[in-house]
Amino acid sequence: MAWDEALVNKVGEEHHAAAVEGRIIDYTQALHEAVTLALEKYPEAFLLGQGVDDPSGMFGVTRGLAEKFGESRIFDVPLSEEGITGICVGAAIAGMRPINFHNRPDFLLLAMNQLIAHASKTHFLDNGQSTVPMVVWAAIGRGWGSGAQHSQAIQGLLLGVPGLKIVMPSTAADAKGLFLQAVADNNPVLIFEHRWLMKKKGPVPEGYYTTAFGKGVYRRRGKDLTIVGTSHALQLALQAADEVAKEGFQTDVIDLRTLKPLDEQIIFESVEKTGRLLVVDTGWMMGGACAEIACVVAEKSFHSLKAPVRRLGLPDVPAPAGYSLEQIYYPDAGRIAKVIREMCQRKNGGR
Amino acid sequence: MARYKYQGLGYQGMEKLDLPPDLLVSMFFSMLRIRMVEEAVEAKYPEDQMKTPIHLVIGQEAAAVGSAFALNKEDYSLISHRTHGNYLARGSDLNAMIAEFFCKVTGCAGGKGGSMHLFDKNAGVVFASSICAGSIPVATGMALSSMMKNEKRTTVAYFGDGAAEEGVLWESLNFAVLKKLPIIYFCENNFYSVQTPLYKRQPDGVHLFEKARGFGVPSETVDGNNVIKVYEAVRKASLRAKQGGGPSFIEAVLYRWRAHGGAGDDSKTGYRDVAEREHWQQVCPIELFYRYLLSRGLLDPEKRETMRAKIDKEIVGAFKFAENSPLPEERDLYRYVYAE
Repeated sequence: MAWDEALVNKVGEEHHAAAVEGRIIDYTQALHEAVTLALEKYPEAFLLGQGVDDPSGMFGVTRGLAEKFGESRIFDVPLSEEGITGICVGAAIAGMRPINFHNRPDFLLLAMNQLIAHASKTHFLDNGQSTVPMVVWAAIGRGWGSGAQHSQAIQGLLLGVPGLKIVMPSTAADAKGLFLQAVADNNPVLIFEHRWLMKKKGPVPEGYYTTAFGKGVYRRRGKDLTIVGTSHALQLALQAADEVAKEGFQTDVIDLRTLKPLDEQIIFESVEKTGRLLVVDTGWMMGGACAEIACVVAEKSFHSLKAPVRRLGLPDVPAPAGYSLEQIYYPDAGRIAKVIREMCQRKNGGR
Repeated sequence: MARYKYQGLGYQGMEKLDLPPDLLVSMFFSMLRIRMVEEAVEAKYPEDQMKTPIHLVIGQEAAAVGSAFALNKEDYSLISHRTHGNYLARGSDLNAMIAEFFCKVTGCAGGKGGSMHLFDKNAGVVFASSICAGSIPVATGMALSSMMKNEKRTTVAYFGDGAAEEGVLWESLNFAVLKKLPIIYFCENNFYSVQTPLYKRQPDGVHLFEKARGFGVPSETVDGNNVIKVYEAVRKASLRAKQGGGPSFIEAVLYRWRAHGGAGDDSKTGYRDVAEREHWQQVCPIELFYRYLLSRGLLDPEKRETMRAKIDKEIVGAFKFAENSPLPEERDLYRYVYAE
């Protein structure tokens, strides 16, 4: 399908234009480096998942690793998501650091029992005797006609599960640093990548480094409005912020990097300045990341707010497969810009 | 009328195996200890100091003990919800178990787990799950780890006949055969899942161990009331595992004397015939083994009484320990949600 590749290529070229220094590589190269470095640093780390050693190598992220590290450390698995997830839990308890790749988060729905009943709770349930250092990686598959069962962004479903960590990078440098932190972490960590970021280029430091969890970062500074989000939604928000900046609306854009742990302080700090909050997410708005972040601010930082919180994620509707409906379903930069204008104009007009 | 009957042959011909007398007596002691602990728990349960669901293993002691005694200290046991026996048989801490039932901070899970989450890492009881079949893939992963680290270690996944209806058992078996993992899938088939008999859940005539065989795993059924037969089956399977021969499946056929949960038998509610339970009580695993040891001159009534007195004392001490232990505090609630 040429049209979809063209789409992702276009995304890949869009944002690296901002003045950056250092080595520029793309997202999958950064992840490939991260996986390689993790496997070199931790002899107990191993990589498993459907297709991790096949020629396409998980968007290229795992390509060549089986040859480099051997089939005992990099291996394909049967289509048994619950079983494999439980196997990762057991291996982790026994001192290994399993890294389980899934092509798409949709397939994690088959592994919920092991993720929620075991991976996340074992350390608590045996009163700290065991740890479960495992990484589950999956790339959200929006587009390509993937539809209702192949493009789900399920981070919101998992946000309320104590014991899990949820990582959602938006830049190549973070993808690498957060991945290395995930492997170093002694807890079950879910990394939700986004397929539309896979060709995004950016400056990525060489060698081993980790990016801390629970520490958001300002991607843009402004006084009028705070935009908070992660992953591809954050990238769209940045595009929108660029657009409205030309019209004089200056926004704080905060990349949370991880939804769990959540950097509440950076949100409060920004909202205290701007008084306005827009939360963006790749998932459903109802009960998801948008809802939680909006609630946290309403609960703990209400005095800072000068206007109602807005959120922009997915409606309470499954993803359609058809490309025309997809365009209605998914918010784009234009729609985000429209919401920014509404929120800021209300401010200027004194609602 | 008993739908499910004892099909075993008792201890006929068992002396040919020539097991060390000390081992046999120790196994008897362990079975008796489990029975007496369970009876004590049951007797005290109505006092409501143990605010945790209990799943008594009375009637299933031979399988717990035979399998545990066939393992080495370094081997792993992963257990399920009806597991007081699996826990105790490996020599785990009785004080910590009773304290956990009392939800005390000195419990094996600090009062956070309850009766379905018994652990004693020092004794090899490394994981427990109250989700049916939940611990099976976890056990498989631990066996994978042993293989990757080149350790000579057997892992045993304990589960019941109900767990054999969960897909993840078969996912795990497939993977274990594929990777030749050093693991034993040990199914305690007691014919009932809560109050639902096996025939309502699995077709008659299709035996569990034969299904497993279809996955390419060496598989057998053993008399779960015969501790020596269970011991032999697990010993051989563990040896095969450690020699790189891969997984085994063992179905131990036995019977749950008590209700699914709580104290006493609930047969009178009608889901099974009281006569069936009485039939199995006639082939009590402890009594059968005692008679065998008596016939071989390895035990006598006096020795058994000495054992009882010793166990009684231990049980009294464990309950005292539990009663006197403090409850966890608020700060304990927030500990160990995440590891450092």
